[in-house]
Amino acid sequence: MLNNKRNALLFILSLLALAFPMAGAALDRTDISGLASEHVMERLKAIDKIARVGDSDALRLLKELQNSELLVTDTGQIVLENDDWNVIDAITLEMLDPQPDTYNTVIVNNRMRSQLESAVGVLQLLSDDREIRLTSAKSLRDNLSPSLLTFLNKALAQESDEEIGRILKESQSVILLDSPDEQERIDAVNYLTSSSERRVRELLVAKLEKNESGEFEEPSAEVRVAIEFAVTAIDRKLTFIDYFGRLFSGLSLGSILLLAAMGLAITYGLLGVINLAHGEMLMIGAYATYVTQQLFVNYLPNYFDLYVLAAIPMAFLSSAIIGVVLERSVIRWLYGRPLETLLATWGISLFLIQLVRQIFGAQNVEVSNPTWLSGGVEVWNIVMPLNRIAIIVFAALVLIGIWLLISQTRLGLFIRSVTQNRSMAACVGVNTAKVDMLAFGLGSGIAGLAGVALSQVGNVGPDLGQAYIIDSFMVVVLGGVGQLAGTVYAALGLGVFSKFIEPGVGAVLTKIIILVFIIAVIQKRPQGLFALKGRSVEG
Amino acid sequence: MQYQSNIEPLFSKLGWLGLITFAVLTLIVVPWMYLFIPDGGAFHISSYTVTLIGKIMCYCIVAVAMNLIWGYAGILSLGQGLFFALGGYSFGMYLMRQIGQDGQYQSDLPDFMVFLDWKEYPLHWLGTDSFLWAIVLVVLVPGVLAFVFGYFAFRSRIKGVYFSIITQALTYAFMLLFFRNETGFGGNNGFTDFKRILGYSLTDPTMRAALFGLSAFFLLLVLVLSRVLIKSKFGRILTAIRDSESRLMFCGYDPIRFKLFIWTLSAIICGIAGALYVPQVGIINPSEMSPANSIEIAVWVAVGGRGTILGPVIGAAAVNGAKSFFTQAFPEYWLFFLGLLFILVTLCLPFGIVGLFSKLKNKFKKIES
Amino acid sequence: MVFFIMARFMLYTLLAVQDLKLILIISVSGVRKHFFNYRLRIIRMNRKQFIKTVISATLGISSAFAMTAQAEETIKVGILHSLSGTMAISETALKNTALMTIEEINANGGLLGKQLEPVVVDPASNWPLFAEKARQLITQDEVDVVFGCWTSVSRKSVLPVFEELNNLLFYPVQYEGEELSQNVFYTGAAPNQQAIPAVEYLMSEEGGGAKRWYLLGTDYVYPRTTNKILRAFLISKGVEESDIEEVYTPFGHSDYQTIVADIKKFSAGGKTAVVSTINGDSNVPFYKELGNAGLKATDVPVVAFSVGEEELRGIDTKPLLGHLAAWNYFMSVKGKQNRSFTKMYKAWAMKNGVPNLDTVVTNDPMEATYVGIKMWAQAVEQAGTTDVDAVREAMGGQTFKAPSGFTLTMDATNHHLHKPVMIGEILPNGQFQVVWSTKAPIRAQPWSPFITGNESKQGL
Repeated sequence: MLNNKRNALLFILSLLALAFPMAGAALDRTDISGLASEHVMERLKAIDKIARVGDSDALRLLKELQNSELLVTDTGQIVLENDDWNVIDAITLEMLDPQPDTYNTVIVNNRMRSQLESAVGVLQLLSDDREIRLTSAKSLRDNLSPSLLTFLNKALAQESDEEIGRILKESQSVILLDSPDEQERIDAVNYLTSSSERRVRELLVAKLEKNESGEFEEPSAEVRVAIEFAVTAIDRKLTFIDYFGRLFSGLSLGSILLLAAMGLAITYGLLGVINLAHGEMLMIGAYATYVTQQLFVNYLPNYFDLYVLAAIPMAFLSSAIIGVVLERSVIRWLYGRPLETLLATWGISLFLIQLVRQIFGAQNVEVSNPTWLSGGVEVWNIVMPLNRIAIIVFAALVLIGIWLLISQTRLGLFIRSVTQNRSMAACVGVNTAKVDMLAFGLGSGIAGLAGVALSQVGNVGPDLGQAYIIDSFMVVVLGGVGQLAGTVYAALGLGVFSKFIEPGVGAVLTKIIILVFIIAVIQKRPQGLFALKGRSVEG
Repeated sequence: MQYQSNIEPLFSKLGWLGLITFAVLTLIVVPWMYLFIPDGGAFHISSYTVTLIGKIMCYCIVAVAMNLIWGYAGILSLGQGLFFALGGYSFGMYLMRQIGQDGQYQSDLPDFMVFLDWKEYPLHWLGTDSFLWAIVLVVLVPGVLAFVFGYFAFRSRIKGVYFSIITQALTYAFMLLFFRNETGFGGNNGFTDFKRILGYSLTDPTMRAALFGLSAFFLLLVLVLSRVLIKSKFGRILTAIRDSESRLMFCGYDPIRFKLFIWTLSAIICGIAGALYVPQVGIINPSEMSPANSIEIAVWVAVGGRGTILGPVIGAAAVNGAKSFFTQAFPEYWLFFLGLLFILVTLCLPFGIVGLFSKLKNKFKKIES
Repeated sequence: MVFFIMARFMLYTLLAVQDLKLILIISVSGVRKHFFNYRLRIIRMNRKQFIKTVISATLGISSAFAMTAQAEETIKVGILHSLSGTMAISETALKNTALMTIEEINANGGLLGKQLEPVVVDPASNWPLFAEKARQLITQDEVDVVFGCWTSVSRKSVLPVFEELNNLLFYPVQYEGEELSQNVFYTGAAPNQQAIPAVEYLMSEEGGGAKRWYLLGTDYVYPRTTNKILRAFLISKGVEESDIEEVYTPFGHSDYQTIVADIKKFSAGGKTAVVSTINGDSNVPFYKELGNAGLKATDVPVVAFSVGEEELRGIDTKPLLGHLAAWNYFMSVKGKQNRSFTKMYKAWAMKNGVPNLDTVVTNDPMEATYVGIKMWAQAVEQAGTTDVDAVREAMGGQTFKAPSGFTLTMDATNHHLHKPVMIGEILPNGQFQVVWSTKAPIRAQPWSPFITGNESKQGL
């Protein structure tokens, strides 16, 4: 935008706009020879030259440059590799004879990349494809220059799509803020009142400031009043958007906490096992996701995007099986001695961490988002990442699943009965040992599911579980042991609470405040927020 | 009750013998062998060994303190590392003042303050250049914090795992607080590069021997003290709290006062251990407050034998000794050994190593009879 | 004499209970060689061999009393990197590099006619344990030099030990400066060899002409110092205070939603660059958030000082195209030295069964480790002895043709390497494309001129 004062950097676009009428002259080799230069500025000039030609070949070249497909030979010729690995000239597309021995990629750095984006944006703003026009309009919005005005007017006149039209109109209004005509300025400000862009706000505020000679940037008092009104309007919207954003991140954090803590709520609530290896169950789930991903890469590359879905049962099963094995081999000997399970599970946790370190290495492994979980949805200028939305939905589904399992199935009935009165349940014929085993497996399996979710937002490494174990315990204890509903409220509450205070006090203090808050709440409600009501004196 | 505890000896004959042997060894023999046998002599003890054992003895003190609350009163704290670290930091402040102008910046202020552009000591450093005040702080800081925290927690009747988790939250919160550079304790780097105590160089063998001896002395003191406490009527009430707190309440006792006392005492002992630990290892840093460290303290006690007099000492020494050894001999596999050790001890030795000994003793007796 | 034996016997009986370790240490020193061999072949544990080791360890206890200094047949070299705990993620690769370099030297005939013997210990990311292990390496294992440490706090923890016992530490990681010890050789970058050139590049026209700066780091001393230096530097370049934002997160922070939103807000005020000194594990969630929130490098470039090839292994780099890192070496550097270095490491990883073989990479601290060991070896050859003072003397002015393609020199006065600075942009394949580099190595300024109070130390 204009206030970026990047005008000096934007000479290309200005030239481009002026040069539009002369589009039609074909590209020749001298236009692109600059791309072979060592100097970024030379390469930038070459992009300018190509963009000025502005025909379909030029567009193709720019896109190839964007994708780092353009190569340069030792003699400085710009070439391409075709599908048969033959080297062809970048303009004529004729095969080189003889074929060069060595060639390098034309280096594109950030600066060139943003220049390319703008150039491609301008060239495609009149495209027939709506999506392409939308991207172009957005990239233009980010790289505005006064000389684009005529071009924008033209594009705006042709534009039929509402959203693109709005973006173009906003860009046009931003340029018109500097118009010599007062009425045009007022119109522009009035249009921008409907904007919800922070950048527009900054731009307008700058107009209200005084320059070095003591005069307002905006000379007309009438326009200044309009600007003040617009700024207030935008501010109102921004505050709302800000709170909406915090709410979303809070829910996202809360659902991650919920997923991590849900399994613990079951194992701990039901069996009274202080499972310090719970974090490692998360880790196993995350590594199961990684293994599934690798299997897809190797065996089903065409279905790669579906690996996450396949990873869900994989992670559940692997964590659940390991959980059952642990329950059978170690934990079942320790029922009734909750504090000693702490010691044994601590040992298990050390063991599992080192085991994973030996198998997969101490380094993090790469788990990538499938395409349908990459990027985000933009609502009111807030990008809500798709992976986070998916996790919120996933957490809700898991929660519903558990709820159904506990309340509607026979196993659920057994689990509830054992939780409420173990000996009585045993008396009426419930196989409590089996229920314990299945419940522990279930809790671990849910932790595995959480691992799938975590692999999509964070790192997958041997220490993954350690980062979540404390938070999980806090959530379970705050909610009240043995209460799934308490866990849900505690997780979401903590998530939203911390995201609402974080912008004010910073990440470190937020964590401290949350911990102090938990300590204080436990003072008031020693059995957690949603304690089971009962008359037992031991509680 | 009173009568009974008077006729029951504090330690058995063997126990007294063990204590005295230990005292002679650690207070006289080891320092003597370290100081007066020249390096290379067959009986020389290196400064590495002396600091290592000194460090482990500090851990043993913490374990004894942990055993007081967990083993006897049944309060599992997952935050004892906090009091240990606070004691360490309190004494560390004095050690930092003692560096004087020998730091990297040759300033009166510690390096990290110079680096934060602070011009003078913040308020909470007031008086820390006095050795006596530092000693007072070592006792006072963990003590007061434990008292206040314990007062509210016990008054609210927070028990069992809820108590464990909030102590964990407490130490975690303090760790984050101390990691902040603005808190004024050197952030992540903590305190390091100590030079001297009371003007005497820390690297001086005599100083090392003195710190070693002091650690041994405190370990003995804490052992005897905890034995005295446990043998007294007070100790019986503690055990009653552990076994059935509500029944005790119905008998007309108020458990809060007893819990609060033993809890505060345990924190103070941890603080003293921390103060002895810091000059010997040469660094104190917020990671000492990490929840994992506090869990480990509980692990030592459990490995050695919870609720026994020697258990925590043996546990702390064995686990730390094993750790020191494994990290050197099997740097890639040691966590397997340690993890397995914990699992096996819980499964096979529910009363810890000490439990194993008494089991064996009983077996022998059976065979004899 | 009888008394001596009695006392010693009593001591050990006691310690047997009190400290299992001591006895084992002594026994280990008896069978040190055996253990070492075992350790070299550590990846595939052989049961028979293991039993043999245990037996000889037991036998070693009996020979413990006979422990005296034997004629040394090898030169011992300590390797002090965390193999477990939070730092294992970064330091394991450095241990591998060190072992590889030592093998290389041994294969070429060793040093002074002797073989090098690495002694690997695991300080487990525990800072007091670092000090203990350092003391153990120096006094018990009697190593002649130690290569190790990653975090500043671990270096600060071992520093007094090295100074007291007069031994040498080679520290291979970029750090905050503000320190100089006669017993440390710093083979990583000082701030002026990494941070300042990177910021200058981003300010320049070809770098994108950033006007506003978001300094983001984990709350510990390296980010703090770096940002302090950068702030002073930026202000000296005419940047307004209001255009600089400094934000810190706790260790292991994993939720960067708020911060990414804040960066977006901040960047509305003008062309913004983010300078990231986020440590280790937190980088993955940060970059994932960045990618998914749609902040592209062309809008807001992020330059990182702690993210290299090794860290990128755990991240899907496709959305990160164009974000930057500043180092003194990149794996993608062209040239003969680097080709043979990367090839050698891959071969070593293959031979030793390093996990995740197909993606092993080399990075800057690994190169620094390699350079450090090779330079030390040169200095030992030159001095003709491993004596610490003689080697220290010989280290000054030592040169080495490094994998980065430059000839690096060890500065005799400040113990830092003269290093080239390179700026790389992340490519979709997880490698960096070098977009800018100094023409020649530059001298380190451990005492930054941008920190007040350092004026008198500029000669260093």
